[in-house]
Amino acid sequence: MKPWKLLYWFLCACVLVFLLAPIAAIIPLSFSSGSFLTYPLPGLSLRWYEEVLGGGKWLTALGNSLYVGAIATFVSVILGTLASLGLMRHKAWWSEMLKLVVLSPMIVPVILIAVASYFFLAPLSLTSTYSGLIIAHTVIAVPFVVVPVITALEILDPNLARAAAACGATPGVTFMRVTLPGIMPAMASGALFAFAASFDDVVIALLIAGPDQRTLPREMFSGLRDSMTPALTAVATIMIVFSTTLFLLMQVLQRRSRKNSQIVR
Amino acid sequence: MKKQVIATIAGAVALACLGSQALAQSRDLNVVSWGGAYQDGQKEVFFKPFNATGTKLTDEAWDGGLGVLRTKIKGGNNTWDVVQVEADELEVGCDEGLYEKLDVSKIGGASRYLPGTVHACGVGAIIYNLVLAYDGDKMKTAPNGWSDFFDTKKIPGKRSIRNGAKWNLEVALIADGVSSKDVYKVLRTPEGIERAFKKLDTVKSDLVFWKSGAQPPQMLAAGDVVMTTAYNGRITAANEKDKKNFKIVWKDTPYTMDSWVIMKGTPQKANAEKLVEFMGRPENQAKLPKFVRYGVTAAAAAPLIDKSLMGDLPTNPDNLKLAFAEDVKFWIDNGDKLAERWTKWAGTK
Amino acid sequence: MLTRQRSALLLPLTGFLLVFFVAPLVWLLSLAVREAEVPRALPRTLSVLQTWQPGQALPPSLFPGFAQDLAEARAASTLADAARRLNYEVNGVRSTLMRAAREVSSAPADTAFNQVFFASVDPALASPEFFAAVQRAHGPFSAYYLLAAFDLARNAKGEIEHASEANRIYIDVLMRTLGISASVTVLCLLLGFPVALLLTQVTEKTADWLMILVLLPFWTSLLVRTAAWVVVLQKEGMVNSLLMRLGLIAEPLTLIYNRTGVLIAMTHVLLPFMILPLYSVLKGIPPHYMRAAASLGAPPVTAFFRVYLPMAAPAIVAGSLMVFILAMGYYITPALVGGGSDQMLSYFVATYTTDTGNWGLASALGLMMLVTTIALYALAHKLSGGRALSMG
Repeated sequence: MKPWKLLYWFLCACVLVFLLAPIAAIIPLSFSSGSFLTYPLPGLSLRWYEEVLGGGKWLTALGNSLYVGAIATFVSVILGTLASLGLMRHKAWWSEMLKLVVLSPMIVPVILIAVASYFFLAPLSLTSTYSGLIIAHTVIAVPFVVVPVITALEILDPNLARAAAACGATPGVTFMRVTLPGIMPAMASGALFAFAASFDDVVIALLIAGPDQRTLPREMFSGLRDSMTPALTAVATIMIVFSTTLFLLMQVLQRRSRKNSQIVR
Repeated sequence: MKKQVIATIAGAVALACLGSQALAQSRDLNVVSWGGAYQDGQKEVFFKPFNATGTKLTDEAWDGGLGVLRTKIKGGNNTWDVVQVEADELEVGCDEGLYEKLDVSKIGGASRYLPGTVHACGVGAIIYNLVLAYDGDKMKTAPNGWSDFFDTKKIPGKRSIRNGAKWNLEVALIADGVSSKDVYKVLRTPEGIERAFKKLDTVKSDLVFWKSGAQPPQMLAAGDVVMTTAYNGRITAANEKDKKNFKIVWKDTPYTMDSWVIMKGTPQKANAEKLVEFMGRPENQAKLPKFVRYGVTAAAAAPLIDKSLMGDLPTNPDNLKLAFAEDVKFWIDNGDKLAERWTKWAGTK
Repeated sequence: MLTRQRSALLLPLTGFLLVFFVAPLVWLLSLAVREAEVPRALPRTLSVLQTWQPGQALPPSLFPGFAQDLAEARAASTLADAARRLNYEVNGVRSTLMRAAREVSSAPADTAFNQVFFASVDPALASPEFFAAVQRAHGPFSAYYLLAAFDLARNAKGEIEHASEANRIYIDVLMRTLGISASVTVLCLLLGFPVALLLTQVTEKTADWLMILVLLPFWTSLLVRTAAWVVVLQKEGMVNSLLMRLGLIAEPLTLIYNRTGVLIAMTHVLLPFMILPLYSVLKGIPPHYMRAAASLGAPPVTAFFRVYLPMAAPAIVAGSLMVFILAMGYYITPALVGGGSDQMLSYFVATYTTDTGNWGLASALGLMMLVTTIALYALAHKLSGGRALSMG
């Protein structure tokens, strides 16, 4: 049994290495002083970070990504939370249908969403605008808000709301002071997922964004095809750090939410 | 109920703000070229100085294909103003009404440019060759031309060609024994086209495709291919910038001219004409070969160009002797059909 | 909560999605069955052809109207689209039509535009086959693009048959897309199942930490992961240098711009999507079944295959279908690490939308993609007992 177990652990370790190695492998390249993407490194230098962060297309792209992501997330959270309130604990055929429609951007291949948005938004002069990109990103981001928020709403003890009503609170006050705090972690995690969805999107940006709205992944895509310098790895490292931070934040939030629901029970 | 109403109104206001932003945005002048080292050179010589004259300019890169331009016009909301296009794209696009008619007086007058470079819809920008390139450090003996390119037994290894029928059919025929003088005569026959595709089939399993001009030097540098077709200027630029030892074979290579066009219906037409005029000035054009070795089209530019660069220019008589001119009419007549055939050929094993 | 209140809450999102998601998709799919290029460019021609049958001789009244249509369409820039559309049926007629329009526009004022005139421009323009194609393209609805997406076409008589050899690739592309997705799914299963299993067997705390290792790549941008593979798999990249350093190979392997690269990169990207659903279901399988099997004398391997696997089957199916569906829709990864013959359906949809401008075919292929995806999702939903849509 022992050798089997060892082999088994080794296999799992290999898979985990496979998952993480490529990502880890490009981080040191961003500190290379040469202009090629090969090991061994000729020397260490921060020149690529200077190039990326020192202004120019990368910084603009980062700014665009953050701007579009923030607004798309904001709109998604509002629309998604409202819809979740409307869909929770409702078993009618039309709300099931609606749930399907709301979640379907997760099912439909993103290339189709991108192409459809392109055909639809271009005659409305919304392509090559921030608004068009934000709209399309909101479409794919909303499901990420709805799923955790509906779950959180349905886990929340309904007796709390009834108790509040019994104490004389209007539905508005009940929402603000009883429901909202309860679902806040879920909303936050939905917001993080939504932001990640927008930030990470390439395909929609490829089809809809104009030269002024180029997002970071869009710029990276061109870089991967056009000129591959370690500047790309510097951008990649920045994005890895960024998403790792988001991820760790998510973990914290999820633990908080778990504690929350335990208190509520 | 009040909560819901407030929320709905808030949502509507947010969307309205987004909508008004769409209306409020005005566009900068946008120029589109081929990217990579070439566009880097253009940035130094044309775009940045033009920006400094006060008109804001953004630049983008593309990889060609008239369909892209057709789609941009058809889809509405086109943001490309000045685009550099290949010779057949200039003709066909002009015919289809994709470009504004060019008023030569606004770009410096016909006498400023070399004969044959001014067109109803555009003005010539650069003259360049599609050459055979290889890494001089890795391959000590030079290949003898296209027949070696298609001979995987003599020189094993992967080759890279542009993803498109243009120029690939010609060099395939030359490798099959057709002289560069007769290439287009043969290609005008259906048997000629079959012969070209058959020759390409012989190396298909060793072929990698490039789309943007920046890829061939990268592929050579990474060792992904042993030989590649490439634009001559990109190879010399890689040698200079990245200290490479890439070599060029000029024999039997096609040369052609790219032109600047102004897209139809652009709201920036006046600025676009200003830009084209700026890029047509001899003193500006003379600075380009230092960055990329392409022939330029302003008549008075030649004496201003550094003599030491002349050897690498396509317009150098020694290089012109070895090369052959692209038959633009052939590609005008057959471009679309062969492009489709190529897409299918390239997309299957 | 009252229905009225629910409706008010649902209105913003529903309205938003209806306008910006459902409507565009429906519009896109409608492009697959519509065509308006030829009616827009050649209205008079079509109206004369309405009473014409392909077997008959061409009416003389056809040609003056045809000439007028050509001249006007050329001026209005609508001819190019119609010419391209007709070129699919009559090979080579695109440039012929453009040339004819040029000649009509520049002909002297008293030229008689009749059959002789057009025959002198090009015999095709005076032929019944050409005008039969024009008649077939009268729209507004047409099965033309849908047929093309399945490698079918109508011949001169109007019957459905296989498209010409050169045009017959989309079924291949569909098979290729399904094949690559299936391969990636199998690879993810082989690599992901042990890890998911391990996660269920270690303590909660260890599982949490291991999970972070699995989720970290999941949270990293798809583009960053793909870029990492582009760098790592190059001929002079890390994998090759490592293998050569270890003496395992003499020549660098070609790991990129081919099917190998695509499979490696896509497996890497989709592995977390297999591990997460697998783990969330396997977590719920009580361990006492395996203990019972052991106590009844079954060796561990037998117990695994006959007791555990059947219980894990729904998880395997759910994870596999999820990976398969995602793989089918991928565009970025194959575009960056694959070669010409590794491109999947999404590539063609994108290329036909932006590069070729053949929106009808792009939509038809998109319809193909969507139907396949929805069918698979319905299957996943059914097989996993309604859990397919939940986020692990």
